[in-house]
Amino acid sequence: MPDPQPLLEVTNLSKSYALRGGFFDRIQGNVHAVDRVSFSIHRGQTFGLVGESGSGKTTTGRMIVRVIEPDSGEIAFRDEECGRVDLVKLSSRQIRPLRKKIQMIFQDPYSSLDPRMTVLRIVGEPLRAIGSTSRRATRERVSEVLEMVGLSDEYMNRYPHAFSGGQRQRIGIARALVTQPSFIVADEAVSALDVSVQAQILNLLRDLQERFRLTYLFIAHDLGVVRYLCDTVAVMYSGRLVEIAEKPALYGNPKHPYTESLLAAAPRPEPEKFTVKPPSAELDLGRGGCAYFPRCPYRRDVCSRDAPQLRKVEAGHSVACHFDLTLTNANSSAIRGSENMQSRGSAVH
Amino acid sequence: MRSEGNTILDIEDLTIRFSMRQGLVTAVDGLTLSLEEGRVLGVVGESGCGKSVMSRALIRIEAPGTIEKGRLRYIDRNGREVAIEKLDPAGLDIRRIRWKEIAMIFQEPMASFGPQHTIGEQISEAMELHGIVGGRDRREAVVASLDSVRMPRPRETADQYPYQLSGGMRQRAMIAMALSCGPRILIADEPTTALDVSTESQILDLLRERQKALGMSILYISHNLGVVAHIADDVAVMYLGRVVECAPVRVLFAAPKHPYTLALLRSIPRVDRDIPGRLEVLSGSLPDPFSRPAGCVFHQRCPECISGLCDRVVPPCVRLDDGSTVACHLYGGEHA
Repeated sequence: MPDPQPLLEVTNLSKSYALRGGFFDRIQGNVHAVDRVSFSIHRGQTFGLVGESGSGKTTTGRMIVRVIEPDSGEIAFRDEECGRVDLVKLSSRQIRPLRKKIQMIFQDPYSSLDPRMTVLRIVGEPLRAIGSTSRRATRERVSEVLEMVGLSDEYMNRYPHAFSGGQRQRIGIARALVTQPSFIVADEAVSALDVSVQAQILNLLRDLQERFRLTYLFIAHDLGVVRYLCDTVAVMYSGRLVEIAEKPALYGNPKHPYTESLLAAAPRPEPEKFTVKPPSAELDLGRGGCAYFPRCPYRRDVCSRDAPQLRKVEAGHSVACHFDLTLTNANSSAIRGSENMQSRGSAVH
Repeated sequence: MRSEGNTILDIEDLTIRFSMRQGLVTAVDGLTLSLEEGRVLGVVGESGCGKSVMSRALIRIEAPGTIEKGRLRYIDRNGREVAIEKLDPAGLDIRRIRWKEIAMIFQEPMASFGPQHTIGEQISEAMELHGIVGGRDRREAVVASLDSVRMPRPRETADQYPYQLSGGMRQRAMIAMALSCGPRILIADEPTTALDVSTESQILDLLRERQKALGMSILYISHNLGVVAHIADDVAVMYLGRVVECAPVRVLFAAPKHPYTLALLRSIPRVDRDIPGRLEVLSGSLPDPFSRPAGCVFHQRCPECISGLCDRVVPPCVRLDDGSTVACHLYGGEHA
């Protein structure tokens, strides 16, 4: 049973970057990398964050581990020891005791491990960063976590180059586990791996979760991997959450046209009939409209004017779309939206 | 492994080695495979299986690897055989084949485009080198080639620099350039791996559509079985420098034969169904490249390994009734 209170609660998290260019590299405007994103994660759960490159999913994860400073919003973390704290409000000194509870696993097992450091130093580094333990205790703890991730402690004095991609990712996972965290942000943790190695690492992440009741924020673009690992899935597009649902609802009954298109485009290991899809037309987006408007096959006039807000359509299922679409019968269903009723087929202009 | 039909490219017993400080690494080991005219052959395998090295040898850019033995036969437009393995990698003969007969696209299009010239200038240069059209017509030919890959604004794009295009558009420009000289074979080495799924499916559809329209053959290299299922007519599965199984795409996915193919298919998390419990996992890891296993290269990780046979005897390629060819002692032979 999940706890009644979420372990992590993100509210209206935002981050924008200045867009520079032109003469003297002047600021030309702002890019909203993450725009008022809210979600919560319960202890022991895996929360999937999916989207294309540039959707803001990585920025969101990095704000939660506080390597990127948010512009605004709240990141509430709660546990028995420290109660409920807003990570955004803490100074870097105040955040130190929390560092050990929140760790991160990175995508590229080749560039995320310092080649000049031994496995002992790499995996023991977070312990030093939180300013704890003697050399002997570090050594013991490192040996313990290496065993947890399926590596022999004989590897402790070797350097990263001696390991394969899968082994390196295990080292990265050991490093995240060494401080006994309760929450782990995994950013594309398996996407650089071959399928057979990927399966091993996915199973390992699941086993570790069961064993230590870990909570994961799993950031990924591969919807198959997310389906295997996650309990709840949020879809990001252009810095905003466009849909959140529990796994069965998101995969079985996607409500946002973008989620629908992602699921349709995901390559399946099954031969299929060859169809030519037209490339998405590029349109200029009127200010204030839905970010997905230029690519949406169901767009209507209102979509170019008003940005839809995330709203609850069913228990545990929210979507940011003006129309309540039953996407399973794409061509026959009627739009039960605001404004006028019209069949979906003719909604394509 | 080969099938009947109009063979355009025939690889026979190809072995490619790399000489490293620590010793010799055999990247491709006695590989036999053939590409039919007008078909898409997908080659799948995990990193280190030799799929890229093999494909690079086809246009003789395998260096620093060397072709130790084997034959690479290209059958040209007049039906003549060209022994590619005998050509000088820096010579004129292979340059006549590259681009005009066999073109290649890569994962990262920026590696193929120079940064300092516009897309149009570079496509134009490729055409000029191969004597495709001259003078004023060339500008129109460049625009037409960009239009054929459904570049949204071909005329404007021709005047843009590679860095100004998005990943998907850059890959489209790369395909336009590769197809600009009318090759009969396109080698595509993971061209969609760096792209988002929706862009990837558009590029796959585009390649398929161009392939049909031009009647060319594609050798599509990928680690992703889903992508190969989408684009290929035939699929070859590689492991440690060998083809372990080759079959028409529907046969391969409906009735995989080789234990390695089976293991690969089972280890993929599916977007279209839930997998209860744990994913099935292939035991062990790739062997040390400096000590290749004797017998079947897969025997150490194979759940079906027959000791005394698989660890000693290299399994021969067996052709089965459903059109697949498999190199495994479980099929054909005395243990069938």
